[in-house]
Amino acid sequence: MHPLLIAAALAAAPLAAVAQDSPAARSLAATCASCHGTEGRSVTQEVAPLAGLPREHIAGQMKAFRDGSRPATVMHQIAKGYSDQQIELVADYFSRRPR
Amino acid sequence: MKRREFLKLAGAASLASCAPAPQKAAVKPRVLVIGAGFGGATCAKYVAMWDPSIHVVLVDRVREFVSCPISNLVLGGNRTMRDITQSYDGLKKYGIDVLNGEAVEVDSAKKLVKFGRGSQLVYDRLVLSPAVDFLFNEIEGYEAAQQRVLHAWKAGQQTVDLRRQLEAMPDGYVLSVPVAPYRCPPGPYERACQVAHYFKQAKPRSKVLLLDANPDVTSKGPLFKRAWEELYKGIIEYRPNAKVVAVDGNAMTVRTDFDTVRGDVLNVVPPQRAADIALKAGVITTNNRWCDVDWRTMESKAVKGIHVLGDATLSATGMPKSGHMANSQAKVCAAALVELLNGREPNPNPVMNNTCYSFVSDKEVIHVASVHQYDAGQNTIIPVKGAGGVSAARSEIEGQYGWSWARNIWADMLG
Repeated sequence: MHPLLIAAALAAAPLAAVAQDSPAARSLAATCASCHGTEGRSVTQEVAPLAGLPREHIAGQMKAFRDGSRPATVMHQIAKGYSDQQIELVADYFSRRPR
Repeated sequence: MKRREFLKLAGAASLASCAPAPQKAAVKPRVLVIGAGFGGATCAKYVAMWDPSIHVVLVDRVREFVSCPISNLVLGGNRTMRDITQSYDGLKKYGIDVLNGEAVEVDSAKKLVKFGRGSQLVYDRLVLSPAVDFLFNEIEGYEAAQQRVLHAWKAGQQTVDLRRQLEAMPDGYVLSVPVAPYRCPPGPYERACQVAHYFKQAKPRSKVLLLDANPDVTSKGPLFKRAWEELYKGIIEYRPNAKVVAVDGNAMTVRTDFDTVRGDVLNVVPPQRAADIALKAGVITTNNRWCDVDWRTMESKAVKGIHVLGDATLSATGMPKSGHMANSQAKVCAAALVELLNGREPNPNPVMNNTCYSFVSDKEVIHVASVHQYDAGQNTIIPVKGAGGVSAARSEIEGQYGWSWARNIWADMLG
């Protein structure tokens, strides 16, 4: 690994540790794992992995499912079950997971 | 896993329980999980993943996981037993001891579970995810008829045997549904579709007679009825309020309160309750059938230190007895166990969700989904109003999502 990458990884480590230490975020994210894979790493082609996606992207998609601007088979129904704050926690958690 | 390893672990556990206090502090706390299905395996994996300092032991009487979800497709000839069978080996990388054995006694005072042939394990927290056992004696003649009359409501040998019966039969198939609650509410209706799909291809003169003890289809009713009308007209006959009260395995008949019908294959799904080990552990609380729990921790309301998951629980409002639900409950339980065993308060506001896909043909699928949040005012977990729902219509795209669901949730519990 390039020394700068190592430095970047070390710099990011405290943040990752904080996310990992938040049981609320971890547990909320785990409710997605049944269909999207453990820690957001889907094992199928059909369902998108969530691990490592940008936080804004995940939160934006959840909100688009919720308000109907992104059509879906089931996600529009699931997304309505989570509050704005819960969506932000989940999005933040998955954005920090390795792909 | 070999028996001597089980005994070795059991022996080590007994020693640990006898260790003097100063040494005991160095011993890892142990979570013992009985039942390695959607609830138990998921709970074991998530405890071990979230806190490697906890020793997790997972015990089941079967050596490989056979999935009930998707097993109706084996009956329909659209999947094989190989497709729905998974190894437990993937759990070893988390440091979980996966043992083969049958729990026969729980001593909650000594925090000890006994297994067959004299082995035993101690625990700090016990998780029971034992699924259901069947109340055959509530249907006259069923116990005597079990050689010929199958339920196939636990995937495994009966799934294989029922498929063989369907392949061999000349004419009529009768499937009966018990009064709710039972494991997998949409399961019987999906099964009717799968068998009808098989008949349509292979035995177009054969019929499915669906006798339902309930007043109407208990899950996804309009979607199932539309599939029956559009895909299986003249093949599936649905009779509500038709509770099977007696079975005759010689005459091959079932009797309801109204009449007696004959079938070449009789598939009678019996009434159910939490499995025997839950009864022995003293965690059955309601109607002699189900186990009430604190939904923040899944801890039994009857016995401290024992947590109950899955179909065995007294379901909260709007909560189906499904594999997905058990998986979701297992994660709430795992999070609570990690907090409790580290001397912290568990999350006061757990969230669960559920998605059940049903295959109405080889390719087309319908779903029901829900999200459940804890309500401190009501001291229970309730479905979020406005969330959840069913498919707009059956579709092949959901067929792909349904099969994807199975592979991801199997990996989530075992991989």
